[in-house]
Amino acid sequence: MKILVCIKQVPDMESKFKVNAKGVWYEETDLAFRMNEYDEYAVEQAVQLKEQLGGGPEVTVLSIGPDRVLEPVKKALAMGCDRAVHLKDDDSSGKDPWQIASAIAGFSRDKNFDLIFTGMQSQDRGSAQVGAIVSELLGCACVTTVVHFAFNDGIVTAKRELEGGLKCIVRFRLPAVVTCQLGLNKPRYPTLPNIMKAKKKEIVSQAAAGFAATEALSGTGEFYVPAKKGRGIILEGDVNEMADRLIGILKEKTTVVR
Amino acid sequence: MKALLVCEYREGKLLEGSYELISFADRLGVEKAIVLVGSENAVPKADARVYLANAAAWAEYNPEIHRKIVLEAVQRESPDYIVFLHSSYGWDLAPRVAAALKAAQISEVASLQDGKFEVSCCNGKMRRTVTSATERTVVTIQAGAFSFSGEPRGVPRVEMIAPPVAASAVEFIGYEAAEKKDVDLAKAAVIVSAGRGVGKKENVAAIDALAKALQGELGASRPVVDAGWVPHSHQVGTTGQTVSPKLYVACGISGAIQHLAGMKKSEFIVAINKDKDAPIGEVADVLVVADVNQFVPALTAKLRK
Ligand SMILES: Cc1cc2nc3c(=O)[nH]c(=O)nc-3n(C[C@H](O)[C@H](O)[C@H](O)COP(=O)(O)OP(=O)(O)OC[C@H]3O[C@@H](n4cnc5c(N)ncnc54)[C@H](O)[C@@H]3O)c2cc1C
Repeated sequence: MKILVCIKQVPDMESKFKVNAKGVWYEETDLAFRMNEYDEYAVEQAVQLKEQLGGGPEVTVLSIGPDRVLEPVKKALAMGCDRAVHLKDDDSSGKDPWQIASAIAGFSRDKNFDLIFTGMQSQDRGSAQVGAIVSELLGCACVTTVVHFAFNDGIVTAKRELEGGLKCIVRFRLPAVVTCQLGLNKPRYPTLPNIMKAKKKEIVSQAAAGFAATEALSGTGEFYVPAKKGRGIILEGDVNEMADRLIGILKEKTTVVR
Repeated sequence: MKALLVCEYREGKLLEGSYELISFADRLGVEKAIVLVGSENAVPKADARVYLANAAAWAEYNPEIHRKIVLEAVQRESPDYIVFLHSSYGWDLAPRVAAALKAAQISEVASLQDGKFEVSCCNGKMRRTVTSATERTVVTIQAGAFSFSGEPRGVPRVEMIAPPVAASAVEFIGYEAAEKKDVDLAKAAVIVSAGRGVGKKENVAAIDALAKALQGELGASRPVVDAGWVPHSHQVGTTGQTVSPKLYVACGISGAIQHLAGMKKSEFIVAINKDKDAPIGEVADVLVVADVNQFVPALTAKLRK
């Protein structure tokens, strides 16, 4: 069995975002980057499946972007992926989901992956498109927003998360693309010995341009900070003073504190 | 200009959100046609052509069949926009339809700015307008962003689409109901919710203590539930409960759209967050900029006095 996991590097969402010179995305300087949260579940599921099958499957982790994306790639290797592919593109943030998906599909086409795991969306762009487009381009099954995954005798039983706590149970055969939702599993922390071992694992670098569609289907008009609605009071400063002020406000504005 | 609206149907019923698609098309100022994989007694009330495929012939969830049905309606109707809700149905189906048509997809549109599609990004901290470079455009709209007011009315003109004969790689087995609730947050007058910002499981106790001091219930954001710090029955948001208490206190919660969807109708909202720019600030009546693990115990102590 051959497994591919696609991961993206995103900024820490607690960062302060500034608009870049072109006005279409964030300025990267001063941002701390990490692995997209949804993708951590994808990596973990791939590694768990490998372990379940006695180490048989080979797990390849793939990331598109500039050299900085090697950092989450190394983390994925330390979590248990076997090898890595870096599809180099210094302007990956300027690509639309169609181009990103076409690069993944283009790379995968002749590799016969049985399973491709991705996150259901990225934390920064949030388009929730790439996994499904990859499946469409490769002509294989796709199951999105998975919160439960079980593999037995060549068949996957999975649960998709719907709204309000409802789930939908599906069964499918490989090959398939699976997009992972928060809570699917408990992503492991790489241990020091595994970080050391990961250093010896192969990372192949190739230009994404060789695989990706040349033209975007969608683009960014403008990127900006939302206008502040400014309806709220902001309290800052000493903890005890703020607590007193808050109690005063609650007494005045609500009926639950007397 | 014309929009094909892909309505949603589950367990024998038209989903209410389907009317938000109608309200979106009206705000965009375009003609509308509808496609539904459902049943004759669940057709939306609208003055529009409705392409109806019978879900009973196929399972309710079958992306491959549904994709073919939507594409058939696209072919018959030739719309400029194909619109889905950004829901578990929409984000599953929309990219497949878009890719099959090689059309641009604009995901989770939150508002229209002079006819431009505005979407939220970076966990709600930033906004982006997205443009389409293709003849047809697939759009998914944010749940609740184009809410429908008033009584649905209109006489649909139903045209049947025969479900395609196609083998499907994904087999629908059934639904699994939400876990039984041990708390009914909907009844609580006060909810104090713990978010990832509380840092670790041990710190949830202080949030619970504040909830008790206010005679309320403990709520939680999703990561706190996923991590096993708090049971799922306490989760607030699209995949948890929708609440509207007299007072909602968000402790270390950033204010992602899926969380806001479950609590923004609360009467009074207090947020405690160390990040002054956290999107929860957009709905908060009071934003306390502080370390939650210092502020909450201090507040609880004063309330108890
Ligand atoms: C389909 C789908 C459904 C979802 N359903 C839900 C749902 O039902 N409910 C839900 O909640 N989420 C849901 N989510 C997840 C949602 O997108 C967010 O990931 C989640 O709400 C974030 O939770 P959080 O705010 O606790 O964590 P984070 O986004 O990580 O935010 C933590 C916050 O705590 C602050 N903070 C950190 N440390 C401190 C400190 N010491 N003191 C004070 N503040 C601090 C930070 O500034 C930050 O704002 C869903 C996502 C998807 C894709």
